[in-house]
Amino acid sequence: MPLSLLMAAKEKGFQQSQMAQWNRSGYFRSSGSRDVNPDLETERQTASFSVERLTAILDGGADNTRTRRAVEAVIHSEPGFSRENQYFQSQNERYEAAVRRSVYLKEKMHQMGWTEDGPEIKYCYRALGGDLAFNVHRVFKNSILALGTDEQIAKWIPLADKYHIIGTYAQTELGHGTFLRGLETTAIFDISTQEFTLNTPKISAMKWWPGDLGRSATHAVVFAQLYIKGKCYGLHAFILQIRSLRDHSPAPGVIVGDIGPKMNFEHIDNGYLMLQNINIPRENMLSRFSQVLPDGTYVKRGSDKINYLTMIMTRIHILWIEVIPTLLKACTIATRYSVVRRQSKLNPGDPEAKILDYQTQQQKLLPLLATAYAFHFMNAYVNEFYNKGYTEIRQENFDSLPELHALTAGIKAIITEYCTAGAEVCLRACGGHGYSALSGLPFLYTKLAASCTYEGENTVLFLQTARFLVKCLAAVHSGQPIPPSATYLSSVDSGKCQARTSVDFLKPDIYAEAYRHRATRLLGNAATKLQGLVQSGAEQHEAWNQCTVQLVQAAKAHCHYIVVKNFIDTVEKLRNEAEIQKIVKHLCDLFALHGIFSNTGDFLYAGYISGDQIDMVTASYLDLLAVIRNDAVPLVDAFDFTDESLNSALGSYDGHVYQRLYEWAQKSPTNKQVSQAYARYLKPLFQSALSKL
Amino acid sequence: MNEDLRRERDSASFNPELLTHILDGGAERTQRRKEIEALVLNDPDFQHEDLNFLSRSQRYEEAIRKSALMVVKLRKYGIADPDEIYWFKRCVHHGRAEPLDLHLGMFLPTLLTQATLEQQDRFFMPAWNLEIIGSYAQTEMGHGTHLRGLETTATYDPATQEFILNSPTVTSIKWWPGGLGKTSNHAIVLAQLYTQGQCKGLHAFIVPIRQLGTHEPLPGITVGDIGPKFGYDEMDNGYLKMDNFRIPRENMLMKYAKIEPDGTYVKPVSDKLTYGTMVFIRSIIVGDSARSLSKACTIAIRYSSVRHQSELKPGDPEPQILDYQTQQYKLFPLLATAYAFHFVGAYMKMTYYRITGDINEGDLSELPELHALTAGLKAFTSWIANAGIEECRMACGGHGYSRCSGLPDIYVTFTPCCTYEGENTVMMLQTARFLIKSYTQVCSGQLVSGMVSYLNDLSGQHIQPQQVAARPTAVHINDPASLVEAYKLRASRFVEVAAKNLQAELNRRKSREDAWNRTSVDLVRASEAHCHYVVVKLFTTQLSEINDAAVHAVMNNLCLLYALYGISKHTGDFLQAGILTDAQVTQVYQRVKELLAAIRPNAVALVDAFDFHDNCLASVLGRYDGNIYENMFEWAKKSPLNKTEVHEAFHKHLKPKQAKL
Repeated sequence: MPLSLLMAAKEKGFQQSQMAQWNRSGYFRSSGSRDVNPDLETERQTASFSVERLTAILDGGADNTRTRRAVEAVIHSEPGFSRENQYFQSQNERYEAAVRRSVYLKEKMHQMGWTEDGPEIKYCYRALGGDLAFNVHRVFKNSILALGTDEQIAKWIPLADKYHIIGTYAQTELGHGTFLRGLETTAIFDISTQEFTLNTPKISAMKWWPGDLGRSATHAVVFAQLYIKGKCYGLHAFILQIRSLRDHSPAPGVIVGDIGPKMNFEHIDNGYLMLQNINIPRENMLSRFSQVLPDGTYVKRGSDKINYLTMIMTRIHILWIEVIPTLLKACTIATRYSVVRRQSKLNPGDPEAKILDYQTQQQKLLPLLATAYAFHFMNAYVNEFYNKGYTEIRQENFDSLPELHALTAGIKAIITEYCTAGAEVCLRACGGHGYSALSGLPFLYTKLAASCTYEGENTVLFLQTARFLVKCLAAVHSGQPIPPSATYLSSVDSGKCQARTSVDFLKPDIYAEAYRHRATRLLGNAATKLQGLVQSGAEQHEAWNQCTVQLVQAAKAHCHYIVVKNFIDTVEKLRNEAEIQKIVKHLCDLFALHGIFSNTGDFLYAGYISGDQIDMVTASYLDLLAVIRNDAVPLVDAFDFTDESLNSALGSYDGHVYQRLYEWAQKSPTNKQVSQAYARYLKPLFQSALSKL
Repeated sequence: MNEDLRRERDSASFNPELLTHILDGGAERTQRRKEIEALVLNDPDFQHEDLNFLSRSQRYEEAIRKSALMVVKLRKYGIADPDEIYWFKRCVHHGRAEPLDLHLGMFLPTLLTQATLEQQDRFFMPAWNLEIIGSYAQTEMGHGTHLRGLETTATYDPATQEFILNSPTVTSIKWWPGGLGKTSNHAIVLAQLYTQGQCKGLHAFIVPIRQLGTHEPLPGITVGDIGPKFGYDEMDNGYLKMDNFRIPRENMLMKYAKIEPDGTYVKPVSDKLTYGTMVFIRSIIVGDSARSLSKACTIAIRYSSVRHQSELKPGDPEPQILDYQTQQYKLFPLLATAYAFHFVGAYMKMTYYRITGDINEGDLSELPELHALTAGLKAFTSWIANAGIEECRMACGGHGYSRCSGLPDIYVTFTPCCTYEGENTVMMLQTARFLIKSYTQVCSGQLVSGMVSYLNDLSGQHIQPQQVAARPTAVHINDPASLVEAYKLRASRFVEVAAKNLQAELNRRKSREDAWNRTSVDLVRASEAHCHYVVVKLFTTQLSEINDAAVHAVMNNLCLLYALYGISKHTGDFLQAGILTDAQVTQVYQRVKELLAAIRPNAVALVDAFDFHDNCLASVLGRYDGNIYENMFEWAKKSPLNKTEVHEAFHKHLKPKQAKL
């Protein structure tokens, strides 16, 4: 219904001006070359495949592409959603703009008939580059849905849905993050009043970081150690009101505020929360899995393992909503800029060359482009695992949970690590202009940089994956069944790479085997070392700590293998799309060979790959750079980001880099506001020169 | 002081002060540095609000205020030694760039070196007294690295004896020069000189850009700030567009090249001195790499001693996160790197002074080599420090992401080093050009000297592909000198591979430039390997100059860690060349982990030895006393979002809409 409404609106024809705006955003790309920088235009004319078709594949079908574009058109046609001045705004202004957009979006969605669980919402988020408030409000709701009883859900969710209350999810404390059992906030049950009393016993126990807490939230789901009659029952979740619904002032006993400027996310009011003897009714403990009865009896029911599923879902969600698209954007900006920017000469007498024609620039950007595709394609793989796990877990079968947990932990860590490093390479690959905020790249990079920490610190996550893998390896040795993602650990290893020529390294079997070998070997070495230490008398935990550097390497190699393997499988599935399959195969080869080229030691060790074979890898890898170079712009065009969503002076579809940079710079407040600096400090200095010059 | 930090300091095996003296170049210099720093730290005129809470315009204003004051005070105190000025300035601006940087660092020195005596009379004293503030406008919007590509024109008009300056295209607009946007009233502008219908290439002109008195741009001048950046908030990097803007003939800097009144062009005599300046600037950047990384390590290592997390042993209290091997593995190699780079910076500066001494005596023979090799070191150290600072930040988890950690600021201030004064990849290729040239020389039977003399071992006449690989492997992984040899072999192999691949491309009858481009990945690799060797070598050399046994022991471990960690990250290079065996690689990994454990008890003392005052560090997480959490709370309370108890966004957007939903 909402979609058909939208289509109807489109049929009737948006106004001429809106059409023009779409054009500028590059919607009607097939309509050709109006006013595009010729250097970009020529890149598009020689594409070896249909960009539109690849976009549809990336979107998961042409229908999705249509829906997405329709949503983007609606969002971009409303000045209320504009992010035009974002790079000039202060922390206060960015926060206010995000709140404004979020409230407005809520209205708009209502108006368009888009629902919270419909397909449009993620496209709204994409169009707005995630520059919205109340993201943790959603986590607040999800936690009530997961941990609350039916009555609690019925009471709180409708209020939250309408923004009549704004919630936050207060878990992390100033002194405690990763290690949940270490949280210090207390909730003490008082039988006489039937209330919990919540307290922040010391400064390190102050809640710190939760988004939407600093300025917006009226309510919070707070995690605290539950005490009944002096006994600690561990962490539980409580709902409490922290600000007045009337005038938004903090509730008595609540000290709450913003934690101050950060590297990015300045539109989000990450906050602190200190609780001094806050009393809440017994009903405010989220009680789906455990309850405190009026007499103080603690009752546990069912398994709260399902809670892990929420965590896993959040982890997956951020990857494809927040993390991977950000790398895709960075690649789009850097690649387009690299064919517009000309620098030095490749041949005397020629005009200055496009910087993308330099091998060193290709080596920086093209493997990232391949990585972007590799990660985007992981979506289907991870979802398959998740859906299978979800179905089983719903039926109280938790067998697949450890694998799902280990898999998503490792995948989250490797993707955020690579995307963050990648965005930074894009930034520096754009030279000086990349350093300008107007390139959009500092914004994208600093956003990604946070992802290595939130939703599980990466080193901790890799070690969780490693723990799972060590168990799998033990299962292999004892002949027990092995979870699907690790079955490769039991396959037989030839011990030597079979490639004879550099062309052999373009065979997926050859490189998949190499990655498999590496993952198996590194895990085997780490496990052997671990076992050796234990056998020689070290305590288990000490032995573990002494092997963690190796274990992290093993987990990374495992994840790397999974990504390569999935890329290969994706190429296979494109068999009905000859042109696209060809270019995606090139990307897959590049991703795999770049990984070998960058980690030669892992493959050379024990002679799995010989020195001569490494030279073949290098040759094939360098040849691929030149091949993919020709399709680089079409490959980023296929990501199909609107100019508004990129918000970059360097990366726009039309390639008018310098004009845009100049126009945007003139809008800078430093050029508009009258600075006191001249009158106060410079004028007195300059005056005395007047008489002399 | 925080108990954990006290314990760390008490258990150190050496006296950090002695190490500070080594870093400063002697106890007297440490003392003098502290005196200078005290002049700033104890001066209320230099106090101000935490910059994290100020807008860009406010930060700019604050910087201008301090800069003007700084110039006055430096003269009042009679501080004139370059190092002492540098210490003072560093302390005033916390290592950040400031609007007068180009005036003091480029405008004034350029007047001294390139202006005629007449021009110096007109401009130098007003500029010295800050009546004239100048920027140095070279880079254009569309042109950076490739100077010959600059488009700004200066056309000589003999009728009026003026130059007509023009920015003919949007790409020719001067873009980026510091202090140009809002501060300067003059600029030295680089432009293509046209006279008598001919282009004479790039020359420098003194161009007034703002009206003295009103500070308004002059007619024909469009000037402004280029907008917000990743960092450099204090700096008004600017743009400058000139439309038929006329300046008198006497405003071209004419110490070397000249224009006669009738438009006749007089060629300059060649000068190699610019090489010297560039070497000096690069030595500063290498020193800055060391310093920025040292700061980041100080913060991360102190924080990791104070922060407790999870459990190592079930039932025990949460351990300091510095006790986790993974945390040590992130931080200690960076700590070793910071020390290594410090010694490289010191070496470069010393060599510069030695050679400029030679220049005065006319012996410039070493300059081209030094110029070529320092290009690579600038790139090598800034790339690694850049990544290392971020590694430190991420090692501090969520709190590292808060600007109270100081780490985001260190990073955004440092990262443009990878681009300015020569983009790093371009720098690496410059070094590669020298390496290839030296290699070719060796092949033709000549010997080469200096840091590339190892290429002589590739026995000039006929070099077989397996030459290096066939070498007997006798690397002792506990002997720094032996590790230097291993790095040397790796470097010579990569130079050889790059040279051969270049030759192979040329044999395919490609143009020289095309072949070079197709080999550039190999060439950059060769440069990196060469620089890595130089760094390991200089660190090792430094060891022999440490007299105190306790300091020597700990520095020896750091040096070994630096060398072995580098090998462990590039095992493929050493395996493929047959420099190390599989068994040795395994030993290297093991030894790295042992060294982490060995360095652990001295980690805090090793960062204390960098001797950063809390004010200069500007980090709540890195405070010397370790009282982190209380101070994070105090800091946050000052945040702009907390200025009012209820934010106006609530009244404006949230409240009116709630009723409607």
